[in-house]
Parts: sequence; C-alpha cells; structure tokens
Amino acid sequence: MVKSFFKRLTSNQLFIPLMALILLAVINLINDPGFFRITLGTNNAGNPVLSGYLITILDYGSELGILAIGMTLVTAASGGQDISVGATIAIAGSAMLRVLCGGNSRPDQIQAPIIVAFLVACIVGMLCGAFNGLLVAIFKIQPMIATLILFTAGRSIAAWINNNELPIVPDPKFSYFGSFIPGIPIPTTVFIVAICIVIIALVLKFTNLGLYTQAVGINENSSRLNGINPTFIKFLAFVILGLCVAVAALIKVSRLSTINYSVIAKDIEMDAILAVALGGNALSGGKFNMWASILGAYVIQFLTTTLYKFNVQSDALAAYKAVVVILLVVFSAPTVRDYMARLGKNMAKRKEAA
Amino acid sequence: MKKKVLAVFMATAMAFGLMACGSSSQTAAPAASGGADGLIKVGIINNDPNESGYRTANDSDLKAKFTKENGYDASFAYSLKNDEQIQYAQTFIQDEVDYLLLSAADTAGWDSVLQDAQAAGVKVILFDRTIDADSSLYEASIVSDMAKEGQTAVDWLAGQGLSEYNVIHIQGVMGSAAQQGRSGALDTKVAAEANWNIVKQQTAEWNAEKAQQIVQSVIDAGTPFNVIYAENDDMAKGAVAALDAAGISHGVGKDVVVMGFDCNKWALEELLAQNWNYDGQCNPFQASYIDDIIKTLEGGGTLSQKTIIMDEKGFDASTITQEDVDNYGI
Repeated sequence: MVKSFFKRLTSNQLFIPLMALILLAVINLINDPGFFRITLGTNNAGNPVLSGYLITILDYGSELGILAIGMTLVTAASGGQDISVGATIAIAGSAMLRVLCGGNSRPDQIQAPIIVAFLVACIVGMLCGAFNGLLVAIFKIQPMIATLILFTAGRSIAAWINNNELPIVPDPKFSYFGSFIPGIPIPTTVFIVAICIVIIALVLKFTNLGLYTQAVGINENSSRLNGINPTFIKFLAFVILGLCVAVAALIKVSRLSTINYSVIAKDIEMDAILAVALGGNALSGGKFNMWASILGAYVIQFLTTTLYKFNVQSDALAAYKAVVVILLVVFSAPTVRDYMARLGKNMAKRKEAA
Repeated sequence: MKKKVLAVFMATAMAFGLMACGSSSQTAAPAASGGADGLIKVGIINNDPNESGYRTANDSDLKAKFTKENGYDASFAYSLKNDEQIQYAQTFIQDEVDYLLLSAADTAGWDSVLQDAQAAGVKVILFDRTIDADSSLYEASIVSDMAKEGQTAVDWLAGQGLSEYNVIHIQGVMGSAAQQGRSGALDTKVAAEANWNIVKQQTAEWNAEKAQQIVQSVIDAGTPFNVIYAENDDMAKGAVAALDAAGISHGVGKDVVVMGFDCNKWALEELLAQNWNYDGQCNPFQASYIDDIIKTLEGGGTLSQKTIIMDEKGFDASTITQEDVDNYGI
C-alpha cells in the first residue's frame, strides 16, 4: 500500500520539479528563514507593493512560465525545440515599441493605444512562429536548424524595425505590465501568467489540441492514418509559441519601458527548453505535461534567485547553475528513475526476507 | 523527390546569399578603386553598428568625418567576426587603399595580414581596440583607457565624502576590457579603505534585467547599501527600476548614489533630472583623432606617440548642463 503510493508519487511527472522546488526551499529555509518573508511597502510612486524573495521569484519567473507553455507544445508536436524565442522576443518587442513611439525614439506621448501595439506584437510573434512552423512542418527541416535562422537574424531584424534606435516609452501606464498597477500590491506579471494558464487549461480541456499534439509527437504516420493533419498540428504549435513570445515580449519591454536588442531575453531559449526538460517531458516529443513544464520554469527562477542571494561569485555563477542543471536532468532521466525504482524494490524485498 | 526539391531550394537560397554578399562588397570595391585625384583612400573595418549605442555613435562619427568634402575616399566594412574582418582587410589591401583603419573584433590573428599591408605600403591605424601584434605593424592606435575610466569614477565617488560606502557592484561581461578596467579601480579602492565595502559584486552581463534582479535580491535580503556602481548605463537603469519598485530614493542628495558608464543620451538626461549621480564617458568619437594622425603623416610629420588615449570625462549630476547632454550623449 505504502509502496504503491510511493511508486505512484515517483512516477508522477510533477515529482521531479516539485522535489527540486522543495529541495531549494529547504536549503533556503536552513540558510535563512527570512527568505520566505513577504513585506508590504510602498514604491517610489507611493503605491503599496509586496516584496520579498518569493514575490521576486513569481515576478521574474513569469516570462519563462509563459514561454514554457508554447515550448512544451512545440516539443511535444515536433520532437524538437525552438531556439529562436529570445530573438523573436526582441522582434515582437521592437515592433511594439515601433507602434507605440511611431518611429520616433523620444516621443512626448504614445502614438497608438497600448492594446494596438500589443496586438501588432502578437501578429509579429505569430508570423515568426508561422515562419518557423512552415520550415518545420512543410519543409521537414529539423526544428533546431529551422529556428537557427531567426536565432541568428532575429536581433538584427529587431534593430532594423526601429532603425537601430532605442525608443523609450513615455507613458507610465505602459510600465504597469512589468511592475505594479497602482493600488494592487501583487506584480501584474502574476496576473498575466494566471490568465495564460487559464486559457491554455481551457484549450486543453475543451479542444483536442492536447490529444492531437501527443498523437503527432508519438507517431506522425499513424496519426495521419487516423485523420489528424500532422503538418497543421506542428504549424499550430509554433504559432501558439509565437503568441506566448509576444506576451513575454510585452512583459520584458514593459519592465524598463525600453529595449536593448542585443541583450533583451538573452539565453531565455535555453531556460525555456530546460523548463520543459525539468518537467520530465521527453525532448523527443510525444506525451507532455503542461503543468510540470510551468512548474519547471519557476524552479529555474527559484534557482537563479537563490544563486543571487548566496552571493555566488560572478565568474562562477554559470558553473554553479550548470552543476545544478546536470543533477536535476540526470535525476529526471528515465534510466536513472528506473534504476532508483529497482533499487527501492530490491531493498523492500531484502527487508521482507529478513 | 522531396529531398531533391529541398536541395535545389537550398542551393538557390545559398547562391542568392552569396550574390548578396558579393554585391555588398562590390559596392565597396569600385569606390575604392575609383580613387579620384587628390583624395586619400581609406578602408575602414569596424564592428557591426547594431552592436550597441556606442558602436552606432562610433560609426556615424567616422562616416561624418571621412567624406569626399574632407578629402577622403572611404569604404566601410562591418563584421563582428575576426576572420571576416581579416578577409575585408585583404580586400582593402588589394584595392590599394592608402590607410587601413581597424577596430578588431578579436585581439589575435592579425600578424600576417598586417605584414601584407606593410609590404603593400598600406598604413594601418587601430581605433577603439588594440590587437596582439607587433607595434611596428601599425602607425598608431587610438583607444579608451578603461582602467582610467574606472579610476575617474572611483575618485569621484571618494570625493563625495560619504561616511561609509556600501557598494552594489554590477559588472559587465566578465573578461571584457571594459569590465576589467572598470572593476579594477573599484576593487583596489575597496581593498585599501576600511569604510568601503562591497555589499554584492555580480555580473549582469550588460543586461538591464539581470541588474534589476541582482539589486532586487539585495533589497529582499534587507542588506543596507548606499552606492550602485554599474559598469554601463543599461545596468544602472535596471538597478534603478528595482530601487523604484522598493521605494528607495536615489540621485542627488538621496539615499542611494547611482553610477553608470557610456554616456547614453537618455542616461545623461537622468543625470540632468538628478535621478542618477554620475556617468563616466567611453568616448566613441575617434574620427577627429584619426583625421589628425592622417594629416600629420601625409604632411611628412612623425607621431609623437604610438598609443593615443582619448580624453574621457565623467559627468556629475550636480554640474551637468543641457549642453553636455547634447554634445556628449550618444
């Protein structure tokens, strides 16, 4: 009874990211219980805001959480990853600023409503996704190679959209998306993620998207024989990721009301892929668990924040992260988990024999 | 069949790509080989102007200086890759330019091509970045002294007379010349003075968002600090965003001293509004220095020194004027 419960627990996909989260939490608790303190203060604009490490993690993990949604679908459907998300964030963000500032780098007021700029960014993001999807689904190019194109060219395209200027949005309302709405002490990003999660949950519940995506990822040919169009499903996955990219771009650009083409969302694609892997999803496609991926994204942010807190030396930061990543990924590998399960079984047997 | 179609498609794409490359270098070639009388032919190899605001300002400064009106016949080539830059250099040497101006992407690998230049009688002037080659291979190099930039900033900070310096030090990409120079001065000072402490020293890799997270983490920990020493403007901006969210005042006469580098126009405007305290210049305007050198050499003169270090200022928020913002903002 206990054993079967334990087995159910370890075989659950949420087990690895949850364990990682608990482990990180325990380490921080031992090191400094103040880690979990949340305080209510006021910001320089005089509005109430919550602050504390947990709020920081929820806030800064948002972009990654949103990207993890799209990346999970792409991974499941195409059996590959999109490495262009960082660059397409730059493109979508640049397009948003272009609309908001009207090609002028220092406007006195915004030139178009924020919602229009956001919709343009969504279209641009989805077009980039569609371009990747086209290459992958129709031309059957390996996803990593196909997305390498935008990965390489994306940031230059982003710079070109704004004539290589760095526009600054003058309207303080635009910065609400990446910080706080006056009067609401919870970061706006938390609400944005919540909306995204609700939408994808509804889509997965009320449409066949999840089922079809898994079917295509597991066996493209048999899914075609069953009347699913694998080309369209793959294409759709990339377009959805493009939409996620646009939302992430809104948050990123809003945080500082400006953009820096060469460093915005730098290396975020690797974190997004890692989030999917941490969630225990097979990177070769097929079955997926959306919630495990999103949880994985927050684990990564938890780790980043923890490393900053521990005053890890600058030049060693990447190395520490790499070690933790290696451990997490090794422990979530199916072969290691099988081995652990067998080990557990043997121990139980030996106990019985004794 | 599908594979064949794809192969053909890829091949065409590649051919077009090559043609595109060809045409861009062709536009450079005739201009150089034209060589109208009396004009000094220069080939300029620079990093991609999209790289940063600094590079954009650098490139437009060069373009404004090396014009036909000023007696130059200039061709430009851009790359962030060293091997491509070397190829451009070879092309320029074949085109028999008089001067080769070079901002090298990497310090290594330039010896042989510069020897070729010397053999062909092409004079080489380095700007912005130095290279690991024998100094006989080039006429002059015009560089920023990053260590001096850091020293100027640290001296300014010491002059503020705070009773205690608790510094959040946000570093650039580790190992870059700007990071080493700007970190070095502060590290030395902190080691030497008893009332200077580093609260946190971490790299944000020139990235505003990372800087914001680093400062946020110090705020969350509740550690007191009163100076932010960010090694470029973007990171200072990120740090200030974290301060604003936490309700910590910053700027002239406020709780936290904010320091940045590079003198972006928007950053100098923050100084003018007294939201920041200091911004150190990294001078991208090398064209007039190069122009002077070429004039001297053409006139048969000799240069008094091989390495020319540019004047670089540090701006204080309490003394900066609108004029400074217009003149020095990039």
